[in-house]
Amino acid sequence: MSTHVIEAKGLTKRYGAVPVVDGIDLAVEEGEVLGLLGPNGAGKTTTILMLLGLTETSGGTVRVLDKDPAREPLAVKRDVGYLPDSVGFYDNLSGRENLRYTARLGGLTTAEADRKIDTALARVRLSDVADRRVATYSHGMRRRLGLAELLMRDSRIAVLDEPTSGLDPQSTSELLDLIRSFAKDGITVLVSSHLLDIVQSICSRVALFNKGRIGFVGTVEELAGKVGDGAFHIEVTAENIDVPETAKRIDGVSDIRPAGKDTWRITAARDIRAELAKRLVERGGSLTNIDARHVSLGEAYNLFFKEARHEA
Amino acid sequence: MKREGSPLKGVMTIALKEAADHMTSARMHLIMLLVLLTAADAVYAAIDQIKATTSEDPFLFLKLFTVARQPLPSFASFMGFLLPLVAIALGFDGVNGEYGRRTMSRILAQPIYRDAVLFGKFLGGMLVIGIALLTLWLLMFGLGILLLGLPPSGGDMARSLAYLAATLVYTGVWLALALAFSTLIRAPATSALAALSVWLIFSIFWSMISPFVASALSPVDPYDPVSIVHAYETGLAVARISPATLYGEVATMLLDPSSRSVGPLFMSQMQGALVGAPLPTLQSILIVWPQISGLFAGMMLLFTGAYFVFQRQEVRA
Repeated sequence: MSTHVIEAKGLTKRYGAVPVVDGIDLAVEEGEVLGLLGPNGAGKTTTILMLLGLTETSGGTVRVLDKDPAREPLAVKRDVGYLPDSVGFYDNLSGRENLRYTARLGGLTTAEADRKIDTALARVRLSDVADRRVATYSHGMRRRLGLAELLMRDSRIAVLDEPTSGLDPQSTSELLDLIRSFAKDGITVLVSSHLLDIVQSICSRVALFNKGRIGFVGTVEELAGKVGDGAFHIEVTAENIDVPETAKRIDGVSDIRPAGKDTWRITAARDIRAELAKRLVERGGSLTNIDARHVSLGEAYNLFFKEARHEA
Repeated sequence: MKREGSPLKGVMTIALKEAADHMTSARMHLIMLLVLLTAADAVYAAIDQIKATTSEDPFLFLKLFTVARQPLPSFASFMGFLLPLVAIALGFDGVNGEYGRRTMSRILAQPIYRDAVLFGKFLGGMLVIGIALLTLWLLMFGLGILLLGLPPSGGDMARSLAYLAATLVYTGVWLALALAFSTLIRAPATSALAALSVWLIFSIFWSMISPFVASALSPVDPYDPVSIVHAYETGLAVARISPATLYGEVATMLLDPSSRSVGPLFMSQMQGALVGAPLPTLQSILIVWPQISGLFAGMMLLFTGAYFVFQRQEVRA
């Protein structure tokens, strides 16, 4: 018995001779938020469909909550909620009726379903419009209705495929807040996206997909460490002092470049922030800002795929 | 290893939702209005005709279904022509519509099997057709009682109920066809056109095409009288590929108690028969049992085809 709620080994999907997913290994721990990140066509959605048993695998094994989705699909689907890419609802029914339908398919009794639907709708803030036809809903409201469905079904794992694509910034941040609250409730969340900032802001770990393979699994920091040059990038702003002159005397500094008015970008082999600040102040400079610039996931991602291309 | 759980879980939920959707859709309202108007028209004309010509007939009520006054066709032929249209209207976007609305992957992610979706759609359509046909049947009887001033006899009831059941199967064939097209073809407009083409060919053109096909398959030899019988039988066999032909034969046999056969009869076979005397209901049903089985088989075959394709279909377009 493993602590992993999802475990895939050598998972493969071929269409004809073309591998869309090419032998990926993935383990998802209970309660984590894992981001599946990669460009369009990298095999993210296909992987998700195989995890849910909605597409047959061409090779490899999948265990979801210790069950085989191809053999025990009902048990797997009972515990795993799926919000598809650009989710659709029946436009002629109201939001509440749409949820009632899926509740009945899930085998809930009417009273139980109504109670859960009310709670779920309140949580995604759709209670006011619950009885309006879905045709009148915006994109963001549809996605939230999709999340309400997962809540209503008490899913243990929520699989969200491109949950924020096509949403305005306001709806995006609302949706991300909701997804964060899922994780707080102990729901394991799998989010696929090609938008890096989104994954970075909610995920505890990321898996990078490229051409049907997973290139990297780990935290964002690990990713930055792996693809970076191992150097620290420091941004410093100070007035009334010659910063390059001071900085180049510090051991380990390899590069100093101007980056705007009174601002320099320094590359060093180690964290020299404390030392640099001390020296700048000692020499009478007025230090206004010193910052270890994070390698954003985006940069790490670009670096990663650049490296992957070079290797290829 | 066997799959766990029942493939039929959720079928009734889906069927009832489909039925509710059909019942409230403008499409269904329009087509039922068309059917009701033509049916009322045909029955009204038949009643006029019956009043003008009737002598004593033990199955007066059944005449409502079959008597036609030129230029209108009879109720039964109207049904043979229009019911496929109802079935196609119900089924042509059954599966591809779910893909189009992007609801398919969400529904399949519910704890049900794929089987339930297609079964449910078919059952939902049949439920609506059944309700519509029953309503039509009751309306006809009501009109008949009101305008003829006669209650229907037990024989009338038995025969017309058998006819109702056969009509349901016939409409089922077309529903299965429409669902099969909606599974095979991704664009609803294309699948509707495909189903309508098949309907046009079988309802209108088949009776024109089949003699040519038959004469090519078994040509008549002027020096061999038996070849004429063969040619006739081949023609019949080709014509019976069309469900409309089968349904026409079933309707004739069930609604006209005095008809004896759907194929050629020799004088020797008629020896001792009381011409015009009605057959017992069960005997009439027995004569068209092959036709009814044929319709049923066609329905099953089309549904199985759709089922086979659907089970293997990728969730993503």
